[in-house]
Amino acid sequence: MTIKEIADDNLQPKSFEWTDESQLMIDNTLKQYPVGRQASAVIPLLNIAQRQNSNWLPIKAIELIADTLDMPRIRVLEVATFYTMFNLIPVGKWFLQPCTTTPCWLRGSHEVMSCIKDKLGLFEDYATTSDGQFTLLEVECLGVCANAPVLQINDNVYEDLNYDLTAKLIQNLKNGERPKYGSMSNRQGSMPKDGPTSLISLKKSDGVPAWWAKKKPAAKG
Amino acid sequence: MLKDKDRIFTNLYGWFRSDIVGARERGDWSNTTEILKMSQEKIIDVVKSSGLRGRGGGGFLTGLKWSFMPKEVKERPHYLVVNADESEPGTCKDREIVRHDPHKLIEGCLIGGFAIRASTAFIYLRGEFYNEALILQKAIDEAYDAGLIGKNACGSGYDFNVILHRGAGAYICGEETALLESLEGKKGQPRLKPPFPASIGLYGCPTTVNNVESIAVIPTILRRGAGWFASIGRPKNYGPKIFSISGHVNNPCNVEEELGVPLKELINKHAGGVIGGWDNLLAVIPGGSSVPLLPKSTCDEILMDFDSLREVHSALGTAAVIVMNKQTDVIKAIARLSAFYKHESCGQCTPCREGTAWMSRVMQRMVRGDADIEEIDILEDVTRQVEGHTICALGDAAAWPIQGMIRNFRPEMERRIIAYKANQQVKSIT
Repeated sequence: MTIKEIADDNLQPKSFEWTDESQLMIDNTLKQYPVGRQASAVIPLLNIAQRQNSNWLPIKAIELIADTLDMPRIRVLEVATFYTMFNLIPVGKWFLQPCTTTPCWLRGSHEVMSCIKDKLGLFEDYATTSDGQFTLLEVECLGVCANAPVLQINDNVYEDLNYDLTAKLIQNLKNGERPKYGSMSNRQGSMPKDGPTSLISLKKSDGVPAWWAKKKPAAKG
Repeated sequence: MLKDKDRIFTNLYGWFRSDIVGARERGDWSNTTEILKMSQEKIIDVVKSSGLRGRGGGGFLTGLKWSFMPKEVKERPHYLVVNADESEPGTCKDREIVRHDPHKLIEGCLIGGFAIRASTAFIYLRGEFYNEALILQKAIDEAYDAGLIGKNACGSGYDFNVILHRGAGAYICGEETALLESLEGKKGQPRLKPPFPASIGLYGCPTTVNNVESIAVIPTILRRGAGWFASIGRPKNYGPKIFSISGHVNNPCNVEEELGVPLKELINKHAGGVIGGWDNLLAVIPGGSSVPLLPKSTCDEILMDFDSLREVHSALGTAAVIVMNKQTDVIKAIARLSAFYKHESCGQCTPCREGTAWMSRVMQRMVRGDADIEEIDILEDVTRQVEGHTICALGDAAAWPIQGMIRNFRPEMERRIIAYKANQQVKSIT
């Protein structure tokens, strides 16, 4: 279990309203769930609110969601505090989430952590650089273990990192660039880095399996 | 060894298009209408006789699970829920299916959903998979536009919806009843079973929860036949399976192999071998962080399937192979897992909430050796008190890695404690 800090009153905005764009997403989201089950949309709505509000959730947003979904406010707050992805305090423009669980640790997640410490001076959870650009949160397994160690920055996961590649990534962000996510050592997906050991015979046939290639003409129409 | 002709996930590495054009090219959606002309019972029979066991960790027979659903739809609709909340440390296979072969999953939802008479499939995708969610949503939209799902899906007369629901970062939501709670808009805290989801699941309605991989292999099983599927693997452990290989190997990767492949062959053939060579192997966690580790002596011969691993007091789990070589501080590796379970405990059951925190604190001391020898037994005893005393299996999952470590690496733990004490004595003298 983890305990989440909620932003102080002086950081909380006085009001929170949906933008037109958010409202459209909300309308589409609510359509997906059966009538009377709109509470199912609480995670999607918290997500929409967080995206609208620079990646964190003020209390006013939680209250608005409760009203939108006709739920008690405490139930929405309960959900917001339960899930790791919801930030209840302001975070920087770039939210750095290095994974340090065992599979990433075995591949050198400490290098990623120490690079973040060296280059940005961040080593504690939710610490933000003085210019408000970067916030750190050490997270648990991101489900990208064959490309460890990995670092999630906002929506994107950067894979196959080491100290130098992390430093380069941070420098790119500082320069205002948006580096392409995925493998930082140019590996294709989670294929072995020295080349494929399977599927080789399908490479030329666009992945069409042999059993289907034989059947294909007859199946048309 | 699995041959290319028997692979299901031919776009595992994303070499080809993941959209509907590419999927159709690879045989997906080719004769779905014909498949849906079979009766529900017949589809379940095929899946049963293929011997498919759940790919998400439990290893329960998928066809049998489906047969627990009511045989007719009464006032409560039926639901299929796909568990794509992949977060078991070491596991990274479902992500590849979702981003590279999403149509296999969507078609599987339709066929599986039809078999259990469901009106809707919810795919619960872990929130961190943002870019994957975009790809999957695009694929769902394509399937709707092509009339493959939605009203009169594939012209079968059957109406079926597929809805993508994103989570928000909670390992526990991979537990099926916690996932249902989360999907209903609550904290992801597991429910007591019984009642099982097949009688009271999502919104109190009959529900089946299946893993992504279990669902994504269904269309291929129906096309190529149960006999084909059961011709791969070992008795009672049939079919191909995606293995995620991480840790101290030269080439970490995902690869589809047959169940029962020797662990040594899996690592040497596909992952480029252990860093420093096979003799430099210390231990392997064979099925995701929750399962007890195997010492090298076991790794030499072990076959990677449900029953072989159970015989050596471990489990296949999600088939996520985490390799540790002799340069690894194994106590630290397991202590990091203890910290993980402490973080991810939902807090509902006292033995887990308090136990995971306590075990994590003791494990931190064990890393330094700052403990008494007797505390190893106390730690073991506490794991036994947590195990089996909680609503869900997270308590067990937190206990087993520690038990596996004590079983196999007790001398190392003792050595470290003795060394620490000796060091303290030197310090107090000087």
